[in-house]
Formats: sequence, C-alpha cells, structure tokens
Amino acid sequence: MRLLRGIVTKLAGIVLAILVIATINFTLVHSAPGDPASVMAGQSGATDEKFLEELRAEYGLDKPFMVQLGTYLKKVVTLDLGYSYRQRRPVNELILDRLGPTLLLTLSAFFLSLIGGVVFGTLAGLRHGKWSDLAISLVALLLYATPVFWLGLMLVLIFSIQLEWLPAFGYVDMRASSFGRLEYAWDVLRHLFLPAITLGAIYMAVYTRLMRASLIEVAAEDHVKTARAKGLGEGAILRGHMLRNAALPVVTFAGLQVGALVGGAVVVETVFSWPGLGRLTFDAVTARDYPVLLGIFLVMSVLVIVVNILTDLLQRLIDPRIAVR
Amino acid sequence: MNKTLRTFLRRPAGIVGLTLLGLVCLVAVLAPLLYPASPWDIAGMPFARPGEDGMVFGSDTLGRDIAAGVVHGARVSLIIGVTSTIAALAIGVTLGAVAGFAGGMTDRVIVRITEIFQTIPNFVLAILLVAILTPTLSTIIFSIGLVSWPPLARLTRSQVQSVAQREFVQAARCQGQSAASVLVRHVLPNAISPIIVTGSLTVAAAILIEAALSFMGLGDPNHMSWGYMIGAGRTVIRQAWWMSVFPGLAILLTVVAINLVGEALNDALNPRISRS
Amino acid sequence: MTLLQVQNLSIALPSGADRDLAVNDVSFDIEPGEIACLVGESGSGKSMIAHSILGLLPPKIRPVSGALRFGGNDLLALPPTEMKALRGADVAMIFQEPLTALNPLKKVGEQVAESIRVHDPKMTPGQTVARVEELFAQVGLPEPARIRKAFPFQMSGGQRQRVMIAMALSNNPKLLIADEPTTALDVTTQRQILDLIKELQARMGMGILFITHDIGVVADIADKVVVLKHGKVVEQGEAAPLLEHPTQDYTRMLLDAVPGRGAPRTRHVEAAPLLEVKALEKAFVTRQGMLAPPRRVTAAENVNLSLATGETLAVVGESGSGKSTLARMVLRLIEPDGGAILWRGENVRGKRREGLRQYRRRAQIVFQDPYSSLDPRLQVGESVVRGPMAFGTSRSESEKIARAWLDRVGLDASAFDRFPHEFSGGQRQRICIARALALEPELLIADEAVSALDVSVQSQVLDLLADLKAQMGLSMLFITHDLRVAREIADRIIVMQRGRIVEMSDAATLFDAPTSDYTRSLLDAVPGRAFFARAEAAAAGAREAKA
Repeated sequence: MRLLRGIVTKLAGIVLAILVIATINFTLVHSAPGDPASVMAGQSGATDEKFLEELRAEYGLDKPFMVQLGTYLKKVVTLDLGYSYRQRRPVNELILDRLGPTLLLTLSAFFLSLIGGVVFGTLAGLRHGKWSDLAISLVALLLYATPVFWLGLMLVLIFSIQLEWLPAFGYVDMRASSFGRLEYAWDVLRHLFLPAITLGAIYMAVYTRLMRASLIEVAAEDHVKTARAKGLGEGAILRGHMLRNAALPVVTFAGLQVGALVGGAVVVETVFSWPGLGRLTFDAVTARDYPVLLGIFLVMSVLVIVVNILTDLLQRLIDPRIAVR
Repeated sequence: MNKTLRTFLRRPAGIVGLTLLGLVCLVAVLAPLLYPASPWDIAGMPFARPGEDGMVFGSDTLGRDIAAGVVHGARVSLIIGVTSTIAALAIGVTLGAVAGFAGGMTDRVIVRITEIFQTIPNFVLAILLVAILTPTLSTIIFSIGLVSWPPLARLTRSQVQSVAQREFVQAARCQGQSAASVLVRHVLPNAISPIIVTGSLTVAAAILIEAALSFMGLGDPNHMSWGYMIGAGRTVIRQAWWMSVFPGLAILLTVVAINLVGEALNDALNPRISRS
Repeated sequence: MTLLQVQNLSIALPSGADRDLAVNDVSFDIEPGEIACLVGESGSGKSMIAHSILGLLPPKIRPVSGALRFGGNDLLALPPTEMKALRGADVAMIFQEPLTALNPLKKVGEQVAESIRVHDPKMTPGQTVARVEELFAQVGLPEPARIRKAFPFQMSGGQRQRVMIAMALSNNPKLLIADEPTTALDVTTQRQILDLIKELQARMGMGILFITHDIGVVADIADKVVVLKHGKVVEQGEAAPLLEHPTQDYTRMLLDAVPGRGAPRTRHVEAAPLLEVKALEKAFVTRQGMLAPPRRVTAAENVNLSLATGETLAVVGESGSGKSTLARMVLRLIEPDGGAILWRGENVRGKRREGLRQYRRRAQIVFQDPYSSLDPRLQVGESVVRGPMAFGTSRSESEKIARAWLDRVGLDASAFDRFPHEFSGGQRQRICIARALALEPELLIADEAVSALDVSVQSQVLDLLADLKAQMGLSMLFITHDLRVAREIADRIIVMQRGRIVEMSDAATLFDAPTSDYTRSLLDAVPGRAFFARAEAAAAGAREAKA
C-alpha cells in the first residue's frame, strides 16, 4: 500500500515536472526575438512560407496565448515533439535514434563515478591526514576544477594521439558492419572507454570528496564506538557499520547531480563525436534548429527524472528509515 | 571578523587560493596593458609553436596570439562568473529566504519549483536559453544565473529555517525587537556563512558553464573566451596541442583558486573550527 | 580476587586544552559482583576513565601513566588483538545516548547477533537467533521475536537502552562499564533501567563500573563510591558510610546541592490571577507526502491553569508531555489551535504587533540550552542592551541597565564585552536571566532553565532566581522535568502527561498525598529518594533529640 502510494506520488511529480518544462519551452519560443513560427521552423536560412503557414495553423499561433499553450502541452503529452525543417524528419524520430548511445554513456559514467568515488573517498577517509589521503584529495580537487571537454581533449591527446591505445572519436569502427557480435561489442566498449572516463572522472572527484568527508564524520559517531566495544575488528566495523552509513549522503547527492551529468554528456559527446543526444544538440545549436533543441531538453529532463527515481529506490535499499516513512 | 581572517590565512588552501586568484585578477585587469591589440587580430604566422614568432603560447589556425587570448579571456571568465553568481544569489537567496520565513503554502510552492529546476539538466537549459536569446554577454549571464540558483535557494531556506528556530532568535523576539531587526541582526548574520561559501563555489561553477557554452559555439562573438579557444583548437589537436592546452590550464587554475578560497572560507566561517 | 584494579591512572589531554591531565593519578578497585560508582560533575574525567579501560579514548587523548589490572593483564599494555577479544566478551560497555550508540541502518537483533558471533564464530544462525531472543526476554523487551527485526528509530529510548544492555550481556561479561546509561532517559524509564541493571547484576554476579553525575542514582545502586573532581579522586569508600558521613567538603556539597530535599513550600498565594490559560489546545500534524495520512501529536488538550501575582507555578512532565510547548504558547512563540490565554483578563491571543510587543515585555523567558539561547556573534552586553533599546531607552541608558543586571546576576564587569563562547553554561544562563530581567517583567517563564547545568551550578542558579524573584516580586512559570527542582522552588505544581494536566495541587499536597497514579510513579522514580528520605528523617531526629 505504502509502495503504491509512493509510486502514485512519484508519477504525479513526473507529470507535473513535464508540464512545467514544456511550459518553459513554450515561453522560451515566445520570448525569442521574431515570429514564433519562424523560431520553430529554425531561424536561419530561407524559410518556406507555406511551411510557416502550416505551423501557424498546427500550433494555433493566431489564437490567444493560453490556448496556444494548451495546444502545445497536448502535443507534448501525446509525444509529438514537432518537425525538424532542417533535417526533414520528426523530432521524436531523431531523438529516438540517438537515445541509446547517450544512455550507454551517461549510465556508464554514473556508475563509474559513484563506485570510484565511494572507493577513493573511503581510502582517503580511512587514511585521514596521511599522504595517500593528501594525494587523493589533491587529484580530486584538480579534477573537480577541470572543464570536462578539456579533460576529454587531454585524454585524447595522451591515449589516442601519443600512445595510440584507444580510438579518439566515434561509436564503432568504420568496418563495424563486418564484425561479429562479440567483436562489435568489444569495439563499442573500446570507443566508450575515453568518453565514459572523461565524464565519470569529474563526478568521481565530487563523490570522492563527499565520501571522504562523510566517512570521517561517521567514524566519529557513537555507534562505531559501540561496534568497537563489542569486539569487532576494524574491517568488520568498516563493512558493517561505516560504509553504508557514509555512502548514504553520496547517493542522495548523486541523485541530485544527474541533471548536471546529462549536461556534461552533451559536451563530452561533442568532443568524442559520440552519436548521442549531445552530439545532436551540438549540431542543432550550430544550425539553430530549435524544435530539435526543445525536444532534446524535454527528453533529457524526463531521463533525469527517471534516473532520480532509480537513485531514490537505491536510497530506500540503503536506508530503512525512508522505506518505512 | 579579525579572527575569521586569521583562521582563513592560517589554512594553506586559503593562502594558495588567494594568491592564485589574485594573479588571475591582476592579469585580467592588466590585459589591455599586456596585450594592447585585440586578441582577434592576427599577430603572426598561423600554427606557430609556443615560443616561435615571439608568441610564448604560440598562435592559432589563423595566426592569432594564444597568450593574448588567454589574458583577455580572463576578463570575460571573471566578469561572467561573478555577475551570473550575483544573479543566481539574487534569485536563490530571495526565494529561499521567503520560503524559509513564510512557511505553509508559499514554502511548498517554492520548494516544488526549486525541485523541478534542480532536476532539469541545467547545462542543456543554458544552451537552449543562450541559443534562442542569441549569445551576448548579458544573455549568457542571465542564462547561467537562471540555471544556478536552485542549490542556493535550498541552502538559504534550510539555513533560515534552522536559525529562525534557534532559541536566541526567539529570545530576541521576546525582547520586543521588530521582525525586521530580528531578521537583519540575528537571523541573517548567523545564516549567511554557508551561503557565502556556496556562492564562492558557484562562481567557479559559472566559469565552467561559460567555458562549456563558448566551447559549443555559444559565446559572445565580440569577446575572446577560453572556452571558444579550446573549441576552435579542438579539430586540429593532432597537429597543434598548444591551442587547447593553454586556455584549458587557465580555466583549471582559476577554478582551482576559487575552490581553494571557498574551502578556506568554509573553515574560517565555521565557528566550530575557527574557534578551536 | 579483585576484578579490576585501576592503579595511579593518568590521562593526558591534547596540548592547548584547559589543563594537562584529564585524569590525574586515580586509583580504585572493583570486586566481582560489586557496583562501583564513579561520580562527578562535568570535566571530572569520569567518562575518560571508563573509555580508557577498553582502549576507546578519542585519538588525541591517551593514558600516560598507571595500570589497569584485569585478569592478570595490564589493559593499557594489551596488544590490539587481545584487546579486541576482550571487548564485548569479558568486559562490555553501554553508553549514554542509546539512539546514537546503535547503528541506525541495522536491525537491532542483527546488531546483538553480531556481538555474539564475533566471539563465538561456531554458533549456527539458528542458535544465534535463539540467543538474541533469550537476551531480549531477559532485559524485558516485549515480543523478542518481533522486536529483533525492528530498527532503532522504531523504538523508544528505554527500549533502545535495553537493546544496548542485551548486547553488552551477550557474552556474559565479568565487568560491565555503564557510562551515564540513564542520563538521556525520562525519569520513570531511568528507574526501570536502574532496576534492570541491578537485577541482572545480582543474577549474573558481574562487577559494574557505573558512571554518573547524579548522586541520587549513586545512592540507589552503588556498593562503592569514587568521587571525582577535576580528574582527581576526592574520596572513595563503601557507599552507605560515605554518603551518610562524607569526609570531604566537595562530597558534602554534591549531596547538599541535590534539589528538593527540604520540605515543600507551603505558601499559599492569595492574589488576583496574573495569567490564565483556558481550554488550550494544540496538536502538531506532520505531513508525510501528498497522500500519506498525517501524523498527529497532541501537545495540549484542554489545558487550564491560572497563575497568581507573585506565585511560582511549576509545570512538571516527561518528554513529550507538552510542557515546553505550553511555555511557548503562553508567549505566542507557538500559536495554539484553540482556547484562551488571558493576561490580567486581557485576551493575549487577540494581540497584534505593538500589543504583543508590550505583552512580551511583561512576560519574559529563559530557555533550557544556554548554548543556543545567546547569539554567538554578539557580545553578551549587546544581547542584553537590545531589549531596553527596543522599547525606546537610549543606548547609554540601556548600557547602564545592562551592566547593572550583569553585575546583579553575579558576573564581573568585563563580561559586557565578551562573547558567549567565553562563558560556562552556568554563566550563560545568568546572562540569559539578566537579558530577561533587564526589561523588568512581571512574569518570568523558565523553560527547563537549570536542566543542562551541573548540580552545584544548578543550585546556585536556583538560589539566584529565588533571590531575584523575592526582590522584584516576580511571578514565575517554571517548566521542568525534575520533580526535585519543582519541589525546591514551586508554590504550586502541575503534572502533565501527553498534553493533558493529570494533577494540579499545592506543592506540599502533591508530595505528601499525590492523587494520580502517574504522579506517584514520577515520585517513586526520583533517584535517591529512599536515601534522602532516610537522611532527612535522621536529621530531623537529631534536631528533636537536641531540642
């Protein structure tokens, strides 16, 4: 019953969020300089007057503002994200094509950063004040301050250009069509390596710092003293009484960071020519293809909300207090 | 205040951060003196390696001086970082303080809006905003400010709520001080420290967002910026590493400096640490 | 054979602390089957001694000399692996705050099972569960099979401490160290836990080192007493003779400072009511998401009381009784849901801005926690000055008033320009009193104003309040959880439980002939009651014999 109620609340939240985001989209189009129809058609280049007329009729652009908003929201709810005049394809088709690679990249980066952050943060926190803590903290500080696209370029410079270990660009090799299934997967993995590391490393730095601070705090808590007083060894104390407690705020924070992670993916995909939504964003920005940009923004927001629900579930697994509440 | 300053300066993070940040600011201020010519002007032959043709950091694909770009880029980064943070603070602190004080329905509505804005991929929204409003210095500042306020609002709200519940605030109310006086003299001074710290880190984040925007080609075309230089050098990285490396180092240095200052501020403003 | 010998133990504090040694050359013995109490005020080093036995001192604090002899070993020189084998087996420990002492993310049964497994890895899961349930039954937890699967946040404070005790007993320890195990608990729960510890000790024959600041608790359970002050032993010996005939002034002072030992006040104040509370209602409702049913906690249900001019009315209750909410509602710091508050017949709930300001000037409050009730960023003089200034007094005149009040509450002139963190808890509470009284109120509300203080400081502050009250003709609403304090200061007493008044009577009547069962259980739970009653009777007998 509780679970059901939780799910219903969540779904209501998603619908609300989508409506708000769609409203932001709509307001943006209307606040842009120029006629909304030409914004939707894509600003630059020769615009086809007949197409503009069709757009005006479809979105009711001669009607009052609120009616227009209603029309737009109805389209969004029915998954009609408009038409890209430049690419001559419906926006949702364009997005669907690119969704897979983006999911692969962001999810790998997410888990990489979370696991790495917990591991390194724990190492640093346990050796609090020693040189290994100092080294980890320093690297985290530097990574945290590195622009993600520049980190990507530097990794390309080192691992692709200098060492020639890994491919610098793309999703699979040109000859991929002749690959067997296993070979294909391995090739994608090789291509995934650098982008995932790039995107993951920045957030790994964030989580490392957080995990370190959290672990130091938990180590000073009374229940750790209790565990010691009952004769547990340090390893058992760490496993049984510190890790889970310390990871809790990290997971919470990671959930909040998903939006930023997806934003980072846009830049990383641009650097590595990764054929996902980010790369599509870059192309749409360059071509000022607004319907595509608006659609991407909406889809990415939904993606973030879905991942948020997953981290929420993860939190419930870790913390019994939430599950019961 | 003196004690705060002393604690700040006792931290190595504080001294190193402040020195680096001072250096960046100095370069930004002196840019017109160091490189009087526009960084967009061609200064020598294209693809000059660092040190060649009288250019310490080399030149780009068109022969523009990388060093001049790096020096002038500091101005743009700092201006955008600071002003967009001020914008974010104005939105976030106001909404947070109102929510924390008013409570009830107002609070619930503001919290809901903040949550939605926090889930939205903020960089993508910034891209959208700048692209549609056309990139200029002011639209970039506006956009970064608009996507950076949610954490500040959350923080301010929780700070105001927790301080307003403390007993010395209730005592001040019982002393007959007016609501405004209680707010200004007791609540805000005790709530402000973490907001200052987070604000300083927001500057660093804003600089990173600006760099990423201009890397994507969404910078103000009238101003040379670090992100633009890296974006322009990206395609030729195989032949000319220096075009991307030096501006990137400049971003790294500036952001590290600000983060260090923020960290030292955190310790200095935390009464538990500064008094021990 | 002696169970534990503490020999010339000294424990150093990190450099920069207010003194070099937290514990200075302390020696005492514990015999098997004996309860030894270490008693002292804050800063006496009692907790450090307890923690040093199992090597659980904080990182920068370490023993510098002496020995802890246990079972032929010196615990200070024990290698880590042997110390680990000892912890939770032959020597077990329980702590002050059971909520934080238990891991919030683990089921309590699992936490106890862990303690069993680590010392007896051969036990099967089934045997472990059976043992956990047996232990839970032993410590009086209801439905062991169910409660085993509960998380700490689902239990009451008393239940959590029972879990801690079960954990400590899981390997039949020879020595149990109990560090203020009842301080965080309500008085009736404290009584249950004390009884439980005593009963278990008698049944299992273990030795107990019991740390406490409350000499009443000592009188209830100790076989042997060690009195500590500033890290040194003041005196030690068998409990009964030591408590009845202390040889040292400090011990005598500790005994004398225990509040509420004299006869209750019998003054009956006949005057017009200053404050009346009628049918006051308040419930806190916490929403738990959009669709979950809200949780309702009743803080006040049909609360009626009246306070005469010049009278002291104590409101006594355990945590969750609504007593502090009542105090805050009287000042409208919390808005009631229903009912009336009358000040000299005027409706307080109808007051707006200026009216409310003027009312609050007449009714001032002193809060419980001396650490959070002063603005940490303001010199204390300034904190006091703000009050008179808010009512139009000039700055120079206000400063004069503030200085006079700081002097009157017993602080020296330099206090004016210093910051709150430079003062001790007792001094801060004096500052808070000065701040409240600088507005020359008619009513002073003291919300657990002495609860956070050491007993000697507590009696000084209570004396100060009594003096000031007499000088100024103040009326007082005194909120406390401690019947002893109420007895010391109140003319009339109200007992509250879960938002309801269960008894209201003159102080003397309440102590001599309580009418409600709840009041009786509170009275029975007062630590050291039997001892102090005997001592009182003996003193009275002595006086009579002299006469």
